[in-house]
Amino acid sequence: MNAVPPTAALALGDDALVLSHRLGEWAGRAPVLEEEVALANIALDLLGQARTLLSLTGDEDELAYLRDERAFRNVQLVEQPNGDFAATIARQLCFSTYQHLLYGRLADGDGPFAPLAAKAVKETAYHRDHAEQWTLRLGDGTPESHGRMQRAVDGLWRYTGELFQPVEGLPEIDWPALRDAWTALVTDTLQQATLETPAGPQSAAWAAGAGRQGVHTEPFGRMLAEMQHLHRSHPGATW
Amino acid sequence: MTTAAPETVDTATLEAVFEAAVAADERIEPRDWMPDAYRATLVRQIAQHAHSEIIGMQPEANWITRAPSLRRKAILMAKVQDEAGHGLYLYSAAETLGVGRDELLDKLHSGRQKYSSIFNYPTLTWADVGAIGWLVDGAAITNQVPLCRCSYGPYARAMVRVCKEESFHQRQGYELLLALSRGTEAQHAMAQDAVDRWWWPSLMMFGPPDGESAHSAQSMAWKIKRHSNDELRQRFVDICVPQAESLGLTLPDPGLRWNEERGHHDFGPIDWDEFHQVLRGNGPCNEQRLARRRKAHEDGAWVREAALAHAAKHTTPTEHPEASA
Repeated sequence: MNAVPPTAALALGDDALVLSHRLGEWAGRAPVLEEEVALANIALDLLGQARTLLSLTGDEDELAYLRDERAFRNVQLVEQPNGDFAATIARQLCFSTYQHLLYGRLADGDGPFAPLAAKAVKETAYHRDHAEQWTLRLGDGTPESHGRMQRAVDGLWRYTGELFQPVEGLPEIDWPALRDAWTALVTDTLQQATLETPAGPQSAAWAAGAGRQGVHTEPFGRMLAEMQHLHRSHPGATW
Repeated sequence: MTTAAPETVDTATLEAVFEAAVAADERIEPRDWMPDAYRATLVRQIAQHAHSEIIGMQPEANWITRAPSLRRKAILMAKVQDEAGHGLYLYSAAETLGVGRDELLDKLHSGRQKYSSIFNYPTLTWADVGAIGWLVDGAAITNQVPLCRCSYGPYARAMVRVCKEESFHQRQGYELLLALSRGTEAQHAMAQDAVDRWWWPSLMMFGPPDGESAHSAQSMAWKIKRHSNDELRQRFVDICVPQAESLGLTLPDPGLRWNEERGHHDFGPIDWDEFHQVLRGNGPCNEQRLARRRKAHEDGAWVREAALAHAAKHTTPTEHPEASA
């Protein structure tokens, strides 16, 4: 097996770590008890992926708690605040579809991420199903839920282009093909949910690929401040 | 136990059959006849138990985003998820008695049904997560293990599953405190401070002293309850004292000492005034906990309405014949 490319381990690990954190913020706030269980379940799967990926390239806690904002390599999509339930579901639909396709391809290859991807592809299939079912319920539910779901998709669309910026260290991925597959799946779900696929750009020109280069959106710094505060307050302590 | 209840059978006979089943340690099941007061007591107790699970998510969820290592964060997330699951089992058990989850949630939100007083205390430091696991879950288990033999079948079976997961959480809490206690000076102090704040509220979880417990005698006669509040509290103190020693932490009670004659630890008086204040809604977090729960429910209303509207649009009578009835 090839050595693990650290850039790719950090990119994929940070995506999972940051989205897991955002989903963890839902605990105790979900619209029904079943969703307390489901969102925590997805957050835990993602945290498991993050721990495996970060550990491939260093100490998971040092990487999670002692890097500053500019050193994180996650896409901007996953750091977006939770918003209402529709915004969280829209973020989940866009990201879990991406992750499911990406891990499917990595699992089929013989690169260093294949074993992790083989496990993660099963988890992300469940995540995608969950997001898809809720997109259908909200999009094709009441006029209010339809409106909220449409606004959520519109609001996040600009962050989806970054998903298809090639990640250094993943030579087996055909990024344009991944983008086509993603677009087909997401637009099909939106259509079934009676929603419009947004017409706006998927990335503002200045922002394309920014998260992968450590350029993030404003809410991210505050998220890290909360996440890292306790760990940083006790240098060298073990927990 | 199965009891046919044709209209010709009079209440006295039904009561006799019920009493005999309870006396023989048989399980009462949802379709069995049961006294109205037995049903009402169980609804109250199971609902309060379910509410405690979901309100109890809040003090711990307060630390999910600040957990100091990824391992601890995963453990805490899994625990809070388990609590939502316990809430679900318990609402299902309550529903077998003829009440709906929505109705019970309404009663929680309007303050007509209670949840455990312990969750009205704040989690001020990371060590509180460990103290809750060790002491609060420990007290809950001491209370709940006997409920696995409760006379009402669905509740007893729910408790078997709940207790398995709770003992796991309790061990994790203990292990968290142990890591802090053996860690830096600041970590040790954090652990001691948490135990100092959670010890007495944990002892209050067993309820008022036996002489003042309104429901105890009847619940024990019905075998819903198997031991008195004071018996369980004593058992808990006896378990905790050696555990505190191996943790390297002290319990904040100058009156705590081994009583050779009784074969138990004596312990200092509980501040029952504080207990009653918290129950009356005047604890540190009562308002905050209920407000958060109501807000989650209100904020989620449009989501639940959407799910219902979507199901109505996409369910045809042929798929679900009962829907057209």
